[in-house]
Amino acid sequence: MKNTKERLSERVFLAIALSTLSVLALITVFIIAKGVPIIAKVGVLNFVFGMKWAPSQGSFGIFPMIVGSVSVTLGAAILGVPIAICCSIFLAEFAPVKLRNIFRPAIQLLAGIPSVVYGFWGVIFIVPFIRNYLGGPGLSILAGSIILAIMILPTVISITEVSILALPRYYKEGALALGLTHWQTIRSLLLPAAKSGIVAAVILGIGRAIGETMAVIMVLGNAVALPTSILDPVRTLTTNIGIEMGYASGEHQEALFATGIVLLVIIMILNAAAQYIVRRKRSR
Amino acid sequence: MMKFMILTYKRIRISAIAIVLVLALTMGSLSGCSQKSRTGIIVAGSTSVQPYAEIVAEEYMILHPDTEIDIQGGGSATGITAAQSGVADIGMSSRSLKDEEKGLWYVEIARDGLAVIVNPANPVQDLTLDQVRGIYAETITTWKEVGGSNSKIHVIAREEGSGTRSAFTDLVMGKTTEITPRAIVQDSNGAVRQLVADDPNAIGFISLGLVNDKVKALELGGIEATRENVENGSYKLSRPFLFVSLSEPTGQTKEFVDFILSADGQKILMNEGLIPSSKGAGK
Repeated sequence: MKNTKERLSERVFLAIALSTLSVLALITVFIIAKGVPIIAKVGVLNFVFGMKWAPSQGSFGIFPMIVGSVSVTLGAAILGVPIAICCSIFLAEFAPVKLRNIFRPAIQLLAGIPSVVYGFWGVIFIVPFIRNYLGGPGLSILAGSIILAIMILPTVISITEVSILALPRYYKEGALALGLTHWQTIRSLLLPAAKSGIVAAVILGIGRAIGETMAVIMVLGNAVALPTSILDPVRTLTTNIGIEMGYASGEHQEALFATGIVLLVIIMILNAAAQYIVRRKRSR
Repeated sequence: MMKFMILTYKRIRISAIAIVLVLALTMGSLSGCSQKSRTGIIVAGSTSVQPYAEIVAEEYMILHPDTEIDIQGGGSATGITAAQSGVADIGMSSRSLKDEEKGLWYVEIARDGLAVIVNPANPVQDLTLDQVRGIYAETITTWKEVGGSNSKIHVIAREEGSGTRSAFTDLVMGKTTEITPRAIVQDSNGAVRQLVADDPNAIGFISLGLVNDKVKALELGGIEATRENVENGSYKLSRPFLFVSLSEPTGQTKEFVDFILSADGQKILMNEGLIPSSKGAGK
């Protein structure tokens, strides 16, 4: 009797677990089925490296948006990663327990703020600030990078902190016993030892940044042209879908799905890289 | 190991069957729902027309409580496609029909002016159509070239597929020039208006009915962007708001179209800032 019950519950859970997998498969198949025809028609190289996006005239080039995604994400990493790593070192090594108990939930809260709120805040505060003090229209790579830098903080901080805390205790004890100062121990021992975890954290943060849509639609300006400075407006792959899907039909819609394929490939590569790095560390 | 694998496969197969069953049941209940739903009028299309159609539909449903009108956005292109395929009883379009779409039945429910707007702090009051075209084609890049301050013009446009963008392209850019790809793109009239209200160097275009005191509508060749000037034809930037249908509407749908064209319906649209329709039904 008990055995049947056990087996039944096992199967129910397996069925539910498989249904999540099937959703992934359904979405992937759908995106590919919808997007591949237009890529085939235009040609992969013309689609990925084409400079002109004018779906109503039959031009489907997404290169400016790839450049847009890369530049905004790179900006977010440059601004956000150093802050995140310093913050996690502080939390893992320096912060007194009381302070840590305030910081951790606060950072988790940062992850819980809806992206549209970040975008709204960016439009009201960051965009006018850039327009008034740095010039240009304000809607720019810089505005998007600042918003995304804040949005990736929770991801990068928590994974980095966990990977520092996961180091064996005797690493630190040994170093301190040998007469290294606390900072020397962190710099020359803990950080190098946690390196793969930190790299994985950064990659996951970048994945989060490159997939973000709502907040960046509001602050990037969405122009489909190669930027010449960080004060220029750009469009990312995600915002291209977000801003045009309402009106798209026919080939235009297919081209947006094709944009989704490119995005999916980029994010899959990033996630695979992060997992590879973490696994390599474990197997050692 | 082998035995374990076989067991797992068996489990997966059983689970797969379970999933199919669950899916089939869900689909069944969903289609059951749609069969039961009330028959009403489905209107879909241009997001420029949508808010006005909603206001008229609300009024109509108060007068005819038995009729349900469902109004959805999607854009002019979607509206025309939905009318062609019969998915929607009425498609809304904020641009004239293209030649290949002329086979559809359509009626102009109102006209809308297209206002070229700048920040109220901008000293420029008046541009010619050529100057507006030059600004959007990026042959004119500073306000100084058109009598303003010596700063760069921030060009704001709508996204590809928008009826307002395609009306602007038809009316201003013509066939040979294009809106510069470096233009900032916003995805609604409201977003364009907000950006122009915030940025003293911006220029944008929105529906005339949506101009408020936070932005300044430019004169075009000395002619003010007002409803009267659109009506008498002196202000050139205007576009039709169309109701499109696969064939001439009948029954409930016809009643709704008749209502929007009636004096009462037209008055509602006028109060909301549109220009009453001058033409009757098309083919």
